[in-house]
Amino acid sequence: MAPVFDYAPAPESRSVVDIAPSYGLFIDGEFAEAADGKVFKTVSPSTEEVLSEVAEAGEADVDRAVGAARKAFEKWSALPGSERAKYLFRIARIIQERSRELAVLETLDNGKPIRETRDADLPLVAAHFFYYAGWADKLDHAGYGANPRPLGVAGQVIPWNFPLLMLAWKIAPALATGNTVVLKPAETTPLSALFFADICRQAGLPKGVVNILTGDGRAGAALIAHPDVNKVAFTGSTAVGKEIARTVAGTRKKLTLELGGKGANIVFDDAPIDQAVEGIVNGIFFNQGQVCCAGSRLLVQESVHDEVLDSLKRRLTTLRLGDPLDKNTDIGAINSAEQLARITALAEQGEAEGAERWSPACELPETGYWFAPTLFTGVTQAHTVARDEIFGPVLSVLTFRTPDEAVAKANNTPYGLSAGIWTEKGSRILAVANKLRAGVVWSNTFNKFDPTSPFGGYKESGFGREGGRHGLEAYLDV
Amino acid sequence: MPTTAPHALSDVTASDGTLRRFLHGLPGVDGVGLEARAASLGTRSIKTTAKAYAIDLAISMVDLTTLEGADTPGKVRALGAKAVHPDPTDRTTPATAAVCVYPDMVAAAKEAVAGSSVKVASVATAFPAGRAPIAVKLADVREAVSAGADEIDMVIDRGAFLTGNYMKVYDEITAVKEACGTSARLKVIFETGELSTYDNIRRASWLGMLAGADFIKTSTGKVAVNATPANTLLMLEAVRDFRAQTGVQIGVKPAGGIRTSKDAVKFLVLVNETAGEDWLDNHWFRFGASSLLNDLLMQRQKLATGRYSGPDYVTVD
Amino acid sequence: MSDARLSVLKTYKLYVGGKFPRSESGRVYEVTDSKDNWLANAPLSSRKDARDAVVAARKAFGGWSGATAYNRGQILYRVAEMLEGRRDQYVREVAGAEGLSKSKAAEQVDAAIDRWVWYAGWTDKIAQVTGGGNPVAGPFFNLSSPEPTGVVAVLAPQESSFLGLVSVIAPVIATGNTAVVVASEKAPLPALSLGEVLATSDLPGGVVNILSGRTAEIAAPLAAHQDVNAIDLAGADETLAKELEIAAADNLKRVLRPQPVDNWSATPGTDRMTAFLETKTVWHPTGSLGASGSAY
Repeated sequence: MAPVFDYAPAPESRSVVDIAPSYGLFIDGEFAEAADGKVFKTVSPSTEEVLSEVAEAGEADVDRAVGAARKAFEKWSALPGSERAKYLFRIARIIQERSRELAVLETLDNGKPIRETRDADLPLVAAHFFYYAGWADKLDHAGYGANPRPLGVAGQVIPWNFPLLMLAWKIAPALATGNTVVLKPAETTPLSALFFADICRQAGLPKGVVNILTGDGRAGAALIAHPDVNKVAFTGSTAVGKEIARTVAGTRKKLTLELGGKGANIVFDDAPIDQAVEGIVNGIFFNQGQVCCAGSRLLVQESVHDEVLDSLKRRLTTLRLGDPLDKNTDIGAINSAEQLARITALAEQGEAEGAERWSPACELPETGYWFAPTLFTGVTQAHTVARDEIFGPVLSVLTFRTPDEAVAKANNTPYGLSAGIWTEKGSRILAVANKLRAGVVWSNTFNKFDPTSPFGGYKESGFGREGGRHGLEAYLDV
Repeated sequence: MPTTAPHALSDVTASDGTLRRFLHGLPGVDGVGLEARAASLGTRSIKTTAKAYAIDLAISMVDLTTLEGADTPGKVRALGAKAVHPDPTDRTTPATAAVCVYPDMVAAAKEAVAGSSVKVASVATAFPAGRAPIAVKLADVREAVSAGADEIDMVIDRGAFLTGNYMKVYDEITAVKEACGTSARLKVIFETGELSTYDNIRRASWLGMLAGADFIKTSTGKVAVNATPANTLLMLEAVRDFRAQTGVQIGVKPAGGIRTSKDAVKFLVLVNETAGEDWLDNHWFRFGASSLLNDLLMQRQKLATGRYSGPDYVTVD
Repeated sequence: MSDARLSVLKTYKLYVGGKFPRSESGRVYEVTDSKDNWLANAPLSSRKDARDAVVAARKAFGGWSGATAYNRGQILYRVAEMLEGRRDQYVREVAGAEGLSKSKAAEQVDAAIDRWVWYAGWTDKIAQVTGGGNPVAGPFFNLSSPEPTGVVAVLAPQESSFLGLVSVIAPVIATGNTAVVVASEKAPLPALSLGEVLATSDLPGGVVNILSGRTAEIAAPLAAHQDVNAIDLAGADETLAKELEIAAADNLKRVLRPQPVDNWSATPGTDRMTAFLETKTVWHPTGSLGASGSAY
């Protein structure tokens, strides 16, 4: 039976974005083919349609890009901070102007809903450049001593979950502090970084200050290992993060890592329940749960377990899964077949280990990579779904009886990126937040981001902070 | 005294103390989260067929209202005629749910909508301030009911509520409910702008429902802040939860401040995704409004013809 | 009859969990002065001693990191007071350990005492300097605060047996971390004696644990230990530092690479503290006073 109030399709127009059939690497201000001529295809995860063919960087290209960045470093780092600032302000403004185009592009290449790229990703991208632009001529006052120096060439490798936002988190502070950049976007989401290259061109950014190398993990590894790179910044999996830490061991390269998580979202019995339910949904289903700081473990006090679960399940039935370009879509596609397979396997393991699986009635499109919002109840600390980062729309529900137990369970993970606390009792928020070993604690909210707010993990979630004054340190020789 | 409190919660109103403990034991409301959820639902894009459905539904939910000191039988007759046939050029346009008038205009209104589906609602209980002795308030209600009002829109005693005298508020509502008899449905107005906090609005919602309200209503339209997406969302959560606990369905009426079709459609999205489609009917959801209707009509004409309409193509109230 | 009284020699022991155990290995090694004269035997710590020290440091972490910054400052200052009282002993030990004249050794000891005072004053200021509110674009209160990273393995500098040692321990514990310290391999005696002062300075047992022995042997299990959060490689040479950094990657320890230090007397900045601090950022909605004053 069709619902009474059936929202008609409301697709955002694709015509706002013009994707070329092929793209080269962006080195020294020019697009160029890979030295060995290799290319790979990038597809739309929601339809499996090939969007474009992009160059696949090899070691020779990495070497050329690092060389270009090195050459550009001398002049760029010598520019007065106020001049660097103006380039970044220009970039911020052009991103604002082209934000609809970029939102549609990001949705096409990543599979996330246009609602998110339009209302979250793009505004944050512009804000991040705007924020760090303002720092460029104020570094003397940032608390790192007088005249803090840049490091040199930054090699940056970013993931596919927030392609343009992660680019902004990396490039904005690097340029503001006077470094030059070689950035490798994720293999499955190369397009927005290539469009960003065009924005650099429009902004008149000097050649070689930003270089974009598309490619797979091998290009990333070559970039990180390159002897003329002074700074390595990586966002991605903990396993790769460890490999990178080994690679840079014994060098002078400064390293920051923003890795995985298994965030606990703790709901106490005196929580604002309706807002907590929204926070739980936002915590694990935002971006299909493909978020390092996702609230993937719900820790709910036993005295409100049934009430919260009933509300949560009812709420999940209203989630709208489908065409990411439809303005009413809440849940888009999983980014890749590979990621879908991983989520599927972990969910199957959850069932095999005896956790109870539930999803709302939900029709999945026939083409593309899709996974229905999923809850596991009856989960204990020993279940794989409570320990491994799934990086998908899968929530594990655990219970606790006392604040002590909640904190102990929340901290019982090698990760330490994010956590949530829901209670109307102020002193409990402060006490619990104090005990949580996590870099970001959202109380009575979740998944909020801001360029002024430092972000990063404890323990195996990595080290270093991105955002805010703290984010400057990663790119300064201090 | 008749008790209208449903069985599942009948103990709650046993005493001042139990009622207070119950209301203060309701989950708190985080205002930022509530407003963010309302704003998020406000970004739903309702187009083409969905928009046509929503506009007709919204028209059918309007309590077309005139509550002025200058109201006359003539003015009320015009209003009634419009409620029955909102768009004289297009008879497929649904009638509004009701006309809403002061008690002394009920008879004129009744006459104006006779033979149609349009109900007559009357504000009573010394609307809008409610600052009159209970006997006067009840007399106000009885007059309206005896003049034929199908629905009574009462105001709660905000002073009593804000001093924590919940039982006084409860007793007044039950007394008014009794005065409504079996013929009139009771809408209970909280004047959310005066209750000020979301926690208070949630408590008032439960208090009203426990006391036998058929509808809970945001506001009188006579104060600075009337219906907002957030306070309406909060009340929709309350009726949803009340039905889940008691099996009794209660209606919701945001009133005041809803002027455009775009706003109205946003409220319908709130209904759809919070209380659910059972409430997408004018028996369970109303808009207390006046100028909203003409905007809905112009939008309806636009959908039918593809051209933007203008104020000369709809009737002045 | 001899007129020289035979002195009572000190048996140097480890300092672990507030106690003074011998090495679990049951072994010692010979410590000599710069002229190869025997000074004492020092415990030759094994990987099991390292393990025990980590357990002790972890156990102490909750209480120490949870103590008020004021309280930590009082205790660090108390360490300075205790050292001042035993100044002559340390001058003697440092002179022997580093082959310094008495007056040069005294400069080192005085600087080390003053360093405790410097860090004692930092405990309740570092959060104000490195943390703060963030003006996020929304109705949220947002505060970043530094927090100790946890258990820190500290390889004390090889050359500066006391001032260098204090300069790497004090910043680690000032902020609430607990430490497992590997003393200078060649000159461990001042470090082992420091344990005696720490034990009588109200410092809770386990906050600082001091091991002596072969740096490379003790450091390897510490760098690989999954319950150690960070490592200061000050006392490692280039080859060892690289090996340890690779091992440390297994649980993504925070690594402070060895940096050339010409002069341990120079005023330290905040770097040795911030190297072992995490930044925690807490968000909370602010909202408005009432629904009528809301954004709508």
